[in-house]
Amino acid sequence: METGNKLQRNAFALAVISGCVLIILLAQFKVINLYIQSVIMFMGINIMISTSLNLVNGNMGEFSCGHAAFLCVGAYVSSITSVLIMAPNDITGAPFLPPELAVLVFPISVFVGGVVAALAGILVALPSFKTRGDYLAIITIAVNYMVISGIENLSVVGGPRGFMGMKKVVKSMYELADIPWMMIFVALGTIFCVLIIRRYVSSTYGKGVNAICQDEIAAEIMSVNTNKVKLVTFMLSSGLCGMAGGLFAHVVGYVNPQSFNILKSTEAMVMVYLGGMGSLSGAVISAVFFTFLLELLRPLQILKWVIIPFTLVLLMQFRPEGIMGNKELTDVFPKLRKYCRFK
Amino acid sequence: MSLLKVEHMTQNFGGLQAVSDFNIELQGGELVALIGPNGAGKTTIFNLVSGFYTPTEGSIRVNGKDTRGMRPHQVTALGVSRTFQNIRLWKDMHVLDNIRVAQHYRMGYSIWDAFARTRNYMGREKEIDRISWKLLEAMNLKEYAYEVPPNLPYGLQRRVEIARAMSIQPQLLLLDEPAAGLNSRDVEELIELVRWIHDTFHISIWMIEHQMKVVMSLCSWIKVIDFGQTIAEGTPEEIQNHPQVIKAYLGDDTI
Ligand SMILES: Nc1ncnc2c1ncn2[C@@H]1O[C@H](COP(=O)(O)OP(=O)(O)OP(=O)(O)O)[C@@H](O)[C@H]1O
Ligand SMILES: [Mg+2]
Repeated sequence: METGNKLQRNAFALAVISGCVLIILLAQFKVINLYIQSVIMFMGINIMISTSLNLVNGNMGEFSCGHAAFLCVGAYVSSITSVLIMAPNDITGAPFLPPELAVLVFPISVFVGGVVAALAGILVALPSFKTRGDYLAIITIAVNYMVISGIENLSVVGGPRGFMGMKKVVKSMYELADIPWMMIFVALGTIFCVLIIRRYVSSTYGKGVNAICQDEIAAEIMSVNTNKVKLVTFMLSSGLCGMAGGLFAHVVGYVNPQSFNILKSTEAMVMVYLGGMGSLSGAVISAVFFTFLLELLRPLQILKWVIIPFTLVLLMQFRPEGIMGNKELTDVFPKLRKYCRFK
Repeated sequence: MSLLKVEHMTQNFGGLQAVSDFNIELQGGELVALIGPNGAGKTTIFNLVSGFYTPTEGSIRVNGKDTRGMRPHQVTALGVSRTFQNIRLWKDMHVLDNIRVAQHYRMGYSIWDAFARTRNYMGREKEIDRISWKLLEAMNLKEYAYEVPPNLPYGLQRRVEIARAMSIQPQLLLLDEPAAGLNSRDVEELIELVRWIHDTFHISIWMIEHQMKVVMSLCSWIKVIDFGQTIAEGTPEEIQNHPQVIKAYLGDDTI
């Protein structure tokens, strides 16, 4: 079965890594300006959002409409963690740790945000044991509202005004060394997210997710512990999205509850449906494309929210299966298989 | 200790008693049939034994373990596997993956192993692969490994579903009308296949079947039910001439 040499089999991974390194170098030597850098970072974050939602809506065939809830939990938890530890604030006063440690504390805070978001995912996972489809969709919307309203009522973290201070944490990193830290972390986060999902869905364990999607009763009777697989899948999806939230909060430097409302969840869904249900490469491609489109249409301001939903209407009319359908790039271009050994 | 012991099993759906006071004991290695007219409660009995329903009354024991309160995947892990009256393969997954996923209960690695691609994970996946290919080969399905079920003719889909059930490595295999919808050549092949499975793996096979030819040529013991009640049981010869059975199938003309 092993064909081609080691270099060839890893060509795809090498291409991805060198691409990331190239972009980071371009940023380091100011070849690309801050605006382009931020667009690239949003692409990475959107890849994390769309691939994680795709796991639930595409692979598992559930209909989660409240994905932004987990983005919100991750964003707030990681922001609060990093600000409380690393920046002077109203709650704990002076920072606990010297600013040089920001480079360590920041990724940890993103991870903590992911863990708490994964726990929040249980809110959706438990009802999913008993309900499916439309009913579960309503629950996910409810969870989205619960999270936002909950934070709006928490004046400690700024309530509806939002929460800030992350800029200081990010600034400490740049003071330590003038390299594009945020780009590096977003690249690492994106690669981590896609790799984990890829490994999950290609294992026999993760194929239980597709079995649940296609026939849940057959899955349960053929020995798949459907409740456990659902729990793991929802938690993985919301956890990875929570990490995206943590990165997002630190890239923007400021969060407020309303930036994680249903509109944000809809954006996530648009990316999944655009890419093709259950296609990981589709979710990646559509996230890049969608971020690009959003920036392109930015001058149109609010009008873009007429155009983007309209493209969705057209998509559902003429290519309801999305860009990739449920296929992967390697299915469409079998020759690619030679260049990527997905373990 | 018997492989399967069902005692006084009764199942009510609202006012309807779909199964009443059903009893059976299998020691392991036998080939038995469950027959009866449409709506008699046969599939319901399989649903009860595989843990999909919990009986209203009575008990089901698999290798001495009471399955009450267990979820279906736990009952399956005890070694009870089945096929469905209407084929329920996973339609977007190729045949090989259908076989692989049915080994979920003995995957032998955790989610963290899968993320980290540990040695344990690689070894277990290889083993799952090896077992799956061996099974496909033994059941003459190797060439269809990468086909999705809807692309296969009906007879082959039935065969794949039996292969998937076998990939559980069951001690008891429940077949719900395996010959339904097959042409006469496929039926011959099915009889061969079931006999081969029985001879090779020495497992108990319990089948629901309407085609008498299949039942008569395979099974040594037959249970007949009608309206949820057991009306007869015995060897094929005894059942063929049983007046109650003839009445149940042909209808009661005296009323
Ligand atoms: N979940 C359920 N809820 C209510 N009634 C049910 C349910 N499942 C089965 N029944 C009823 O129980 C009776 C027995 O059904 P079952 O499917 O077991 O029959 P069967 O012997 O398998 O028939 P067939 O030969 O048509 O497959 C039928 O009257 C059916 O309508
Ligand atoms: Mg039936």
